[in-house]
Amino acid sequence: MNKFSVNLTINDIPVTVPEGTTILEAAKKLDFRIPTLCYHEDLCVAGNCRVCVVEQVGAKALVAACATPVAEGMCIHTNSATVRTARKTIIQLLLSEHNADCTKCYKNGNCELQNLAHEYRVGEHVFIDLINERRLTIDDLSPSIIKDDSKCIRCQRCVRTCHDIQGVSALAVAYKGDHQKISTFLDHPLVEVVCTNCGQCINRCPVGALVEKTNIEEVWDAINDPTKHVVVQTAPAVRVAIGEELGYDPGERLTGKMVTALRRLGFNSVLDTDFSADLTILEEGTELLTRLKKVLVDKDETVALPMTTSCSPGWVKFIEHTFPEFLPNVSTCKSPQQMFGALAKTYYATKKGLKAQDVCVVSIMPCTAKKYEANRPEMRSSGYKDVDYVLTTRELGTMIKQAGINFRNLEESHYDSLMGDSTGAGVIFGATGGVMEAALRTVYEIVTGREVPFKNLNILPVRGIEGVREATIKIEGCQPEWGFLEGVEVSCAVAHSLANAKKLMEAVKAGLVNYHFIEIMACPGGCLGGGGQPIPTSAEIRNKRSQAIYNEDAGLPLRKSHDNPEVKILYEEFLGAPNSHKAHTLLHTHYTPRKRY
Amino acid sequence: MEIENTRPKRVDFIFNKEGIDPLKVVEKTIQRNPDDIILDMIDSGLKGRGGAGFPTGLKWKFTKNEDSPVKYVICNADEGEPGTFKDREILDQVPEKVFSGLSICGYTVGAREGFIYLRGEYNFLLKSLNEKLKRFNDGLKKMGLDFTIQMRSGSGAYICGEESALFESMEGYRGEPRNKPPYPTVAGYLGKPTAINNVETLVYACMICQFGPEKFREIGTRDSRGSKVFSVSGDTPKAGIHELELGMTVQQFVEEFGDGDTKAVQVGGASGGCVPRKNFKDTIIGYEGIPTGGSMMLFNSSRSMYNVLHDYLEFFTEESCGQCTPCRVGCQQLLKGIEAVKRGERPPAYLEDLKKLAATMKLSAKCGLGQSVANPFVSIVNNFREEIIY
Repeated sequence: MNKFSVNLTINDIPVTVPEGTTILEAAKKLDFRIPTLCYHEDLCVAGNCRVCVVEQVGAKALVAACATPVAEGMCIHTNSATVRTARKTIIQLLLSEHNADCTKCYKNGNCELQNLAHEYRVGEHVFIDLINERRLTIDDLSPSIIKDDSKCIRCQRCVRTCHDIQGVSALAVAYKGDHQKISTFLDHPLVEVVCTNCGQCINRCPVGALVEKTNIEEVWDAINDPTKHVVVQTAPAVRVAIGEELGYDPGERLTGKMVTALRRLGFNSVLDTDFSADLTILEEGTELLTRLKKVLVDKDETVALPMTTSCSPGWVKFIEHTFPEFLPNVSTCKSPQQMFGALAKTYYATKKGLKAQDVCVVSIMPCTAKKYEANRPEMRSSGYKDVDYVLTTRELGTMIKQAGINFRNLEESHYDSLMGDSTGAGVIFGATGGVMEAALRTVYEIVTGREVPFKNLNILPVRGIEGVREATIKIEGCQPEWGFLEGVEVSCAVAHSLANAKKLMEAVKAGLVNYHFIEIMACPGGCLGGGGQPIPTSAEIRNKRSQAIYNEDAGLPLRKSHDNPEVKILYEEFLGAPNSHKAHTLLHTHYTPRKRY
Repeated sequence: MEIENTRPKRVDFIFNKEGIDPLKVVEKTIQRNPDDIILDMIDSGLKGRGGAGFPTGLKWKFTKNEDSPVKYVICNADEGEPGTFKDREILDQVPEKVFSGLSICGYTVGAREGFIYLRGEYNFLLKSLNEKLKRFNDGLKKMGLDFTIQMRSGSGAYICGEESALFESMEGYRGEPRNKPPYPTVAGYLGKPTAINNVETLVYACMICQFGPEKFREIGTRDSRGSKVFSVSGDTPKAGIHELELGMTVQQFVEEFGDGDTKAVQVGGASGGCVPRKNFKDTIIGYEGIPTGGSMMLFNSSRSMYNVLHDYLEFFTEESCGQCTPCRVGCQQLLKGIEAVKRGERPPAYLEDLKKLAATMKLSAKCGLGQSVANPFVSIVNNFREEIIY
């Protein structure tokens, strides 16, 4: 054995693992599952729930398997009488401070504590119920997230998520001892602090302490209201994840079945956010070219570069709080969801002979921040709330189950017409780097008249899982009107998760890097890892969803946004041209500087 | 036993100032090879005086052996254990000896910076300590030792006396204990190898360098060498600070310090064990018996041991950092549990469930705080069961 291998036994079975492996990982290798609560593979190790304690022969106390590295000659027992007693006691302790109203809980059936309680058959409550009024505070003021402290088991996964992955730290540990809790700045409600509504905490909360604010009942009411024409739009990342809610393995593409299911739920029209994603590319691409022209030709110093994307509402709220001085750099384009909403109540309503107030727009989003976005006061350019209700992928799964639809046996079907067509460029919006790739496919072709010079249109440098990625494309052989871009190397950067976004923006701020265009997605992996996606999440699951998205793109006949036939018609019949006055009124927005505290 | 009737022997290492110039001790000691200093420390048998009793020489050796250009030495002056007040007195009376011990430790392990983490409640000492420290640092500079000491202030959390929580606090984070390993000697303050010692330990280190290890070694017992500063409180006419040779029984101690009616001695503060009268004779104060960080609380028959335990549990319930389940919830359950038994809401047999819970806390809590709550709980419940129930 080389010196970097460690030999140990787990439950008397010898195993050799690399130095630095934890007992938890070594046990996994031998197919021993050690229960965990505070451990999450996306996060740094905390070792605070103590559910994973195991017996190390010779040690005075039990050790936490998640936090203890293996050592040569170690003898570990994961299921001794001592371990079982300790583990059961710890689960009972957690239950004694947990508001265990399981049948009423939003997370009933997908709760790690519930599973453990069942597995260990904890039975009667041994300990005194510690739930009291102080612990029953529920913060439901945010349109996106409900935080219920009575369910919280203080595993601090949310705190680590908010700090390590997102760099936001809206959630932190406060007070000590029996008063210890997960709190916000001065205990303010989430809606009043730096929370970006990204929902990554929800994805990692093992219990029901952090859940989305559901709008399922409102949507059923709208569907049942005969005076309403309810249109539904589905975001790109939903189609590759909805299966996980319905018993499929991660990475199944279920677009056709999902469309059928939505129709069966009773939506009057099933449309696609991919359509407005394509539209976004034309608006945002044109905006980028306009900015470049103003900077390079007109030498207009009031125009800000690099331009950043604006599709991710978590990112928008983050930059409003954290880098308000960079708000002029954010594309004025609304997100595809909001473009869709504004058009549904104007263009779509007119074409269908409906009154705007009778059209109800429902979005199915992989995202909880979209709920907040839809409620922004500036998102009413149709004269009404452009998007009425936003449901997460998880909520759609629940509705399909409530409706008793046998999803697996459904026929596949196509989106309805008028705002239902899409291209592969719209689909890849769901993955980190996707907006960049879609924009480059279109912008390059507008400028040069030729396809972007990458095999099969796959711009691999902007794909991947690295937190920050860079790419440059040299523009050669311009069309006459874009002559000023001849020879320009367009420099782009892509970042996903807000901690990476923060790093990137700090480098931009310090003048260490120079880009023309930056894509930022608030969530790890992009929308496919969004806060509204099925739970659990892990790098492996996100990777499978990502593969599914790129496969969906590769299989589509149209893969460039400007080829979307319905988008072309929209411009001809309604908007005129990208960035036209009408387009600006309906499809663009503005931002609000906010404080950190 | 032959020592049965002897009185505890008083010693005067710590507070003795005569003929000792702490700076000179440093100057003399740094002429020596660090390995020799470590050998002296190991030889002396000195164990950490904060309560855990880790051999000081080994701690210094481990830190010295770490291959790192940056190391730190820290004096843990976060004296928060209920019933302990000896470090306050030491820092007030002989701070230069503490600085001296810390400087020697710094030289030995190869650190250029030392810190004294002072309990928030002791901030009234800060001004005078800083003044004395300035003179001491100047003295170190003059003798050419590349080492300086700075003060750091706590904010009143008991848990920050736990060494890894202390590092977190010093780094500006919430005081929560870290996972171990890695131990401080490998990755402590700012992730660098750190030797962290109690105030009293450093003074003994200074004295061992001054007088040689034999002088320390020749008193005490095999497992508990030397002497120790005791903080004596409770039902005693002699409350205060007393430096005594280690190895006496609780009986001897009580005969010296008791009021004639002592029914129990809480040895080692709230997190220590309670020795009832029937065990006084058989219990040695030291590592072969009941170890202590120096707190000795005497209770006479007028005291309710329920109240004593209740106070301790209230203390732990409040001072747990709240991070790990066994400690955060366990402390509350023990406290509410004895209240429920007292009120008759739970049967006396519930105490057995609580003892099992205490055992689980000892086995599974993340740090010494949660692990040691079982000490007072089990010893008081076992020995004063009637007082808890009725």
